[in-house]
Amino acid sequence: MSNKINGDNINVIMATDCGSTTTKSILIQKIDDEYRLTHRGEAPTTVEAPFEDVTRGVLNAIMELEELSGRTILKGEDIQSPASGDDGVDIYISTSSAGGGLQMMVGGVVKSMTGESAQRAALGAGAIVMDVLASNDGRLYHEKVKRIRQLRPDMILLSGGIDGGTVSHVVELAEVLEAANPKPRLGINYKLPVIYAGNNNAQDAIKERLGEITDLTVVDNIRPTLEEENLQPSRDKIHDLFMEHVMAQAPGYKKLMGWTDAPIMPTPGAVGEIIQKIAKQDNISVVGVDIGGATTDVFSVFENQFNRTVSANLGMSYSICNVLAEASIPNVARWVPYEMDEKGLTNRIANKMIRPTTIPQSLEALKIEQAIAREALRLSFEQHKEFAVNLKGVQQERTISDTFEQSSSGETLVNMMDLDLLVGSGGVLSHAPRREQATRMLIDSFLPEGITRLAVDSIFMMPQLGVLSTVHEKAAVEVFEKDCLIELGSCVAPVGKFKDGQVMLTYEINLPNEKVMGEILAGQIKLITLEYVGCSAVFIPGNGLDLGNGKNESIQTEIHGGVVGILLDGRGRQPFAIPTDMHTRVEKLSEWSLATNEYPQEAK
Amino acid sequence: MAQSYTPGLKVLANTPSEKVRQLPLKGEVLVEVGDSVSADTVVASTHIPGNVQMLNVARQLNVEVEAVAGCMLVKVDEKIQKGQVIAESKGLFGYFKTQLKSPIDGSFANVSNITGQALFSEPPIAIEVDAFTAGTIKEIMPQEGVIVNSKGALIQGILGIGGESHGQIVLAVDSRDEVITKDKLNDSHTGKIVIAGSYLPLDVFTHAQTLGINGIVVGGFDYDALSSILGYNLGVAVTGSEELGISLMITEGFGEIAMAEGTFNLFKEFEGKFASINGSTQIRAGVIRPEVMIPHTEDIYSTELKESDMIISENSPVRVIRAPYFGKVGTVVSLPAPLVQMESETMARVAEIKFEGGDIVTIPRANLEMILH
Repeated sequence: MSNKINGDNINVIMATDCGSTTTKSILIQKIDDEYRLTHRGEAPTTVEAPFEDVTRGVLNAIMELEELSGRTILKGEDIQSPASGDDGVDIYISTSSAGGGLQMMVGGVVKSMTGESAQRAALGAGAIVMDVLASNDGRLYHEKVKRIRQLRPDMILLSGGIDGGTVSHVVELAEVLEAANPKPRLGINYKLPVIYAGNNNAQDAIKERLGEITDLTVVDNIRPTLEEENLQPSRDKIHDLFMEHVMAQAPGYKKLMGWTDAPIMPTPGAVGEIIQKIAKQDNISVVGVDIGGATTDVFSVFENQFNRTVSANLGMSYSICNVLAEASIPNVARWVPYEMDEKGLTNRIANKMIRPTTIPQSLEALKIEQAIAREALRLSFEQHKEFAVNLKGVQQERTISDTFEQSSSGETLVNMMDLDLLVGSGGVLSHAPRREQATRMLIDSFLPEGITRLAVDSIFMMPQLGVLSTVHEKAAVEVFEKDCLIELGSCVAPVGKFKDGQVMLTYEINLPNEKVMGEILAGQIKLITLEYVGCSAVFIPGNGLDLGNGKNESIQTEIHGGVVGILLDGRGRQPFAIPTDMHTRVEKLSEWSLATNEYPQEAK
Repeated sequence: MAQSYTPGLKVLANTPSEKVRQLPLKGEVLVEVGDSVSADTVVASTHIPGNVQMLNVARQLNVEVEAVAGCMLVKVDEKIQKGQVIAESKGLFGYFKTQLKSPIDGSFANVSNITGQALFSEPPIAIEVDAFTAGTIKEIMPQEGVIVNSKGALIQGILGIGGESHGQIVLAVDSRDEVITKDKLNDSHTGKIVIAGSYLPLDVFTHAQTLGINGIVVGGFDYDALSSILGYNLGVAVTGSEELGISLMITEGFGEIAMAEGTFNLFKEFEGKFASINGSTQIRAGVIRPEVMIPHTEDIYSTELKESDMIISENSPVRVIRAPYFGKVGTVVSLPAPLVQMESETMARVAEIKFEGGDIVTIPRANLEMILH
């Protein structure tokens, strides 16, 4: 196994993603000097009885690829490598979220400082952060001990203090861990991996307390000074330990690790890789979202800073009732264009939770699922905005003498007016019957401002491309742009206070064959069909509104269409509101649906 | 012939089963391979560490951290009692000493020379694991637990709450589509597992709790009633640790839904038998469904489910598990290979189903459940 691969000789790439329920395989081939996705297969994941060996599902997914492509990849149970003619592959790589993914606890002295940095390191490595322990988290010692014993994480990342600073607070946290004597979630026969990434002066004291009872690794401080965040050593170590401990406990993974040409990555970590690569390559700000059955991951790159959050219980099946609980029924109902019986609605949604693999057969069921999706996306993005904060913003506050008392974090990095590209992924977005539905869900929940490009992952292959990007960036980026990313189009949305009936936007767009111009009034949406080409356009915001150049300032730009087109959104931003009166709400929702070709019109 | 994998709940009259009974931490196994056990036989036990208390001795005695060890009056692992003086400062010329008393009954664990924190541990808490169902011990997992071999009826539900319990099976309704009412329950049901019909109103559930009924099984229940019982909205279907004094198993889903015929008939057949119920549910990877196990030695046809039993093909009995035909039972007429567009415009792999009334409809395969019995 090697993660140094000679890119020039690579013609055939195979990648798998071992999900909790499905193992997905893709085949990428070099065609006319360009890497393209050629085939995709899938099979049930086999970590449960009676198989209890993840490689069974991987082999089944590969066999589906063989059937579809006519390529012979396997010789018995061995992957043939390198490729020769119609046989074998040059690289095989994989990601995994089977077994519930990587579940971590993190600790820091001050919750909003080292605690937050540790959280960022763990989330960026693809973990689910179960809890953040901090000296100032308001819990008593025994409560912390109890919590650690209850949660049984896969791994703990402990940080705290700047290098050379006081040691007592971080040692105190280590003593809490020592008292808890935590046991890992998977398997009771090995020691829990703990990574220490705190004050270097405290390393000996930490080793003394945790060296015996845990599998302790010491890495560079995550926060060597107040002004500096150094996440990479911790993230790398998390990946190593994920392979050595967590994955090694999962059935069949040792065998799978022997097959792959690069380390197996946690699925969300791999998606983060690809989002970062895209942002870097085009020098743009990106928000990506992956809405799954149990969790929703949000990724962003603003001002060259990458952030990832995972909303562990905001998903479309296993945790769908939690979306309902957190969003509240009125917030879900505001997206449904008819009146609903509350008890019937909750029972119906709860039935999806207990039978998570079912799909909406009726149009009514689809509308309800997409209403919930809007709220799951909105809530996940709210959480992301709160977490993705600018370290520079807190620098000034944290350099004053009594840092321990500092609790405020910096300003959020997420600036929707600066957002260039919004990418959606996950079943409810990637597999929506109409791409217009994915477009509307993304716009309604993220509320992009000014001019923003929108895209969806065609078949959910970002994880495989993410891990590929670590070994063959060119192939990953080419496939991402040509086969993975489906450009939906652009959204144009003016921001600012407005009055009913006001002109929100005046537009003039030079389409390939004609010029279109007109006005959008408050509360209106207009869709202009345009494929993925750039067109020159002029947009003039309504009185007091802003499209990115400042209040009342027009924008002359090149705008791109896509499979949906250009959506001119006059519903307002800051504030954005849906009418609360039932009759008006239903009327407006129906009008917006019609304007965007969202649903078939003959049925409810 | 076309075929397709589909999920299904087990409703089996006579099947061998293996129950893994495992401790949360290493401990002692109390039985041996071949031992006969009853449902309440304790098969393994251990002690989990007691709750801890921490006291900052340096701060309490107003001494330097380095001096704390010298102030302690108790040794590591020494037993202590609440109120016992455990540390004392040296004072000034032997006077003005400050004392520190133990906050708990337990033992002194250690003291830190960096933080000045002393750690006290409450007595260990005993944890016992019983056999859950009558059977014989098949295998010992040293220091961890056992595998119990059992034989009898196994009925899985779709969702449950309230953990493990035992009791005699008793039917409180006449038919599977009857809604149970309060007047159907009385003192004679105390300590038993009651089988209800299509729907359990919240007030009947609380009445069952008051009567001391050990378990209740029903076709449908309301989500908002579940929220009332739990005191929170169940966001993710992971249950089992609720302390309600009663276990509830829902066999079909949320709302009023008649209990499946096979399920109801099996309970009727085994009325009066002693059974074990477990409401614990986990609908995630590694799904755990609630279940009722009724051990028996009756000579009826024995079924052992194989992977191939999960494959539906023509003539398979199935139940629809999503609107618009939720709860309807029928048989598979055909499994067309091409994707078919639904009313929602979703393209889906489908099955043609003939309902009991004779109607034939097209349903996504993902919305079907195999009837296994």
